[in-house]
Amino acid sequence: MILVQNAIDAISLGAIYALAALGVGLIFSIMRLINFAHGELIMGGGFTLYVLTGEPYIVMAVAAILIVTVLALAMERVAFRPLRGANPATLLIASFALSYLLQHSVLLIFGSRAMGFDFLGGLNQSIEIGSLRVPGLEIAVVVVTALLLLGLTLFFKRSAIGIQMRAAAEDFDMARLVGVRADRVIAVAFALSGMLAGFVSLYVVAQGGSVSYKMGVNMVLVAFVASVIGGVGSLPGAALGGFLLGIVSVALQAFLPEEWRPYRDAFVFLLFIAFLLWRPQGILARRADRERV
Amino acid sequence: MGRIWRFGKVEFATATAISVVLLLVVLAAGYTAPAFQRTVIESLIDLLVVVGLYIFIGNSGVVSFGHISFMAIGGYASAILTMTVQKKHVLLQLPGFLEHIQLPSLPAAVVAAGFAAFIAWLIGMAFIRLRGIALPMATFAMLMIVHVVAQNWNEVTGGRRALVGLPQFVGLWTALLGAVVALAAAAFYQQWRRGLLLRCSRENEVAAEASGIDIAKERLLAFVVSAFFVALGGVLFAHFLGTITANSFYLDLTFVTLAMLVVGGMRSLTGAFVGTAVVTIVSEVFRSIERGVDLGGFTLSAPPGLQEIGLALILLLILIFRRDGLVGDFEIGSIFFRRAKENKDS
Repeated sequence: MILVQNAIDAISLGAIYALAALGVGLIFSIMRLINFAHGELIMGGGFTLYVLTGEPYIVMAVAAILIVTVLALAMERVAFRPLRGANPATLLIASFALSYLLQHSVLLIFGSRAMGFDFLGGLNQSIEIGSLRVPGLEIAVVVVTALLLLGLTLFFKRSAIGIQMRAAAEDFDMARLVGVRADRVIAVAFALSGMLAGFVSLYVVAQGGSVSYKMGVNMVLVAFVASVIGGVGSLPGAALGGFLLGIVSVALQAFLPEEWRPYRDAFVFLLFIAFLLWRPQGILARRADRERV
Repeated sequence: MGRIWRFGKVEFATATAISVVLLLVVLAAGYTAPAFQRTVIESLIDLLVVVGLYIFIGNSGVVSFGHISFMAIGGYASAILTMTVQKKHVLLQLPGFLEHIQLPSLPAAVVAAGFAAFIAWLIGMAFIRLRGIALPMATFAMLMIVHVVAQNWNEVTGGRRALVGLPQFVGLWTALLGAVVALAAAAFYQQWRRGLLLRCSRENEVAAEASGIDIAKERLLAFVVSAFFVALGGVLFAHFLGTITANSFYLDLTFVTLAMLVVGGMRSLTGAFVGTAVVTIVSEVFRSIERGVDLGGFTLSAPPGLQEIGLALILLLILIFRRDGLVGDFEIGSIFFRRAKENKDS
């Protein structure tokens, strides 16, 4: 029974990691940008919820997702568009700087203490199924993630812009040559990435019950690792990497001996390094990952 | 038979010019208030770390997020080596021989940095063959692991408590010495045959490989040398503050040091210096505004946090308007030789 319980925990944690990894992976696949500021999108969602405390949950949630989407678009327009085509190190430092800027702006306005408030608090109660106790939040996460993944799959397979985005992820220059509009594809990628960050922020707040200016950092680190495990540039890979990372984290938490528990994250990253050495291109690698000469 | 030894005038002139500037700064700082001296010492240690980073990142073009963990390893190693035996007994439970030795500061610093370089060699042997995004991600994982271990390994690092009361032997001159040694080493490496091979691979991996350059071997060498100097920076950092905690060596410091390197221009030694200087000056200006500026009678002070915001904004602007950094490929040493070159051309 404990195994089934762990499996449920692993799937719901994996689902959240998958959403975060998709948000990071989308941008990376098209722009080669490791967007550190993705964590601050999540933070932005959290603080929107905080400001709107007391409104109906649905208003809070919709507002958070909308504001984060707009924030993501603004980020692209102000910081990343002027830097398009810069080398990956410059892009990365720019996103680092942006993340630092947003964090400290929030610090300036709201202070450094974590602030607690109620958002979907009822979902933390467990539902009993037989002898299992499943928190409602976990069920909600799995359902919402499944719907989002389904929606994204349809979007990428069926809509014109979705297909263009896949083409751009495969080979950006080639896609432009055959008429894919760079600005539009990148803007849509940022909007989607922002929307996903919005959903992740709902989970982080519902689960933790508080917001602080550093709330996005851990999630973004997890997202990087997950998207690399999946195969950089591959969107199904990012989702898969997220689920795998969730499963590994829960498994380590459950099976590591007591005295090793504080080192859990070190083990996660150690496994990650071992994985990289075994399969540096990730599970689902893009075919054209190496530059052709 | 080609020349094996190439004397890189420009590189050595660059290192010398920067060292002279640093010497003047240190001489001038001797007459200023202790608070300002502390800033100068800190920035010299930063420069040592950034030049260490440059040896790998600048010459190979591969970004490493993990070098700050070598700083942690160096700092902790030196802290443990210089601590008195009685104190070790009270604070830590070290394995056998470490418990009974106490070294003077200089041998401890060399042993600590050497130990970090050894760790870098071990890790590098596994990592360095990785290509593309995999290598930066692996170094990033290394930063995480070292951080978690340093935070929890109570027997050796003291865990979450800071190790306090380390001998504070780092002053203006020690920090200057550290920075100058790193500059000289970076200049030497950069004009050395092995350094040139690595710089070839930075410009074009495929062409370099096709010309017979063993990229992994060259990167490993730079990785180890660079870890040594970054770790030396960690040693000086610990013995300047007199205290060491795991949280100092994490994402914030990684960000600041990488920013220093990229803002100046990660492709040149001059860039490493200019970037460190600019970031230090900008932070200092904003920090003093935070403390309050006296404007004829009333003080204008900004809320705390402005320093970070201002720094981040200026970084973004520099990156947007000069994406190769402030100096790009320029080396300050080249201005001394320009005329000679022109004469040759005519």
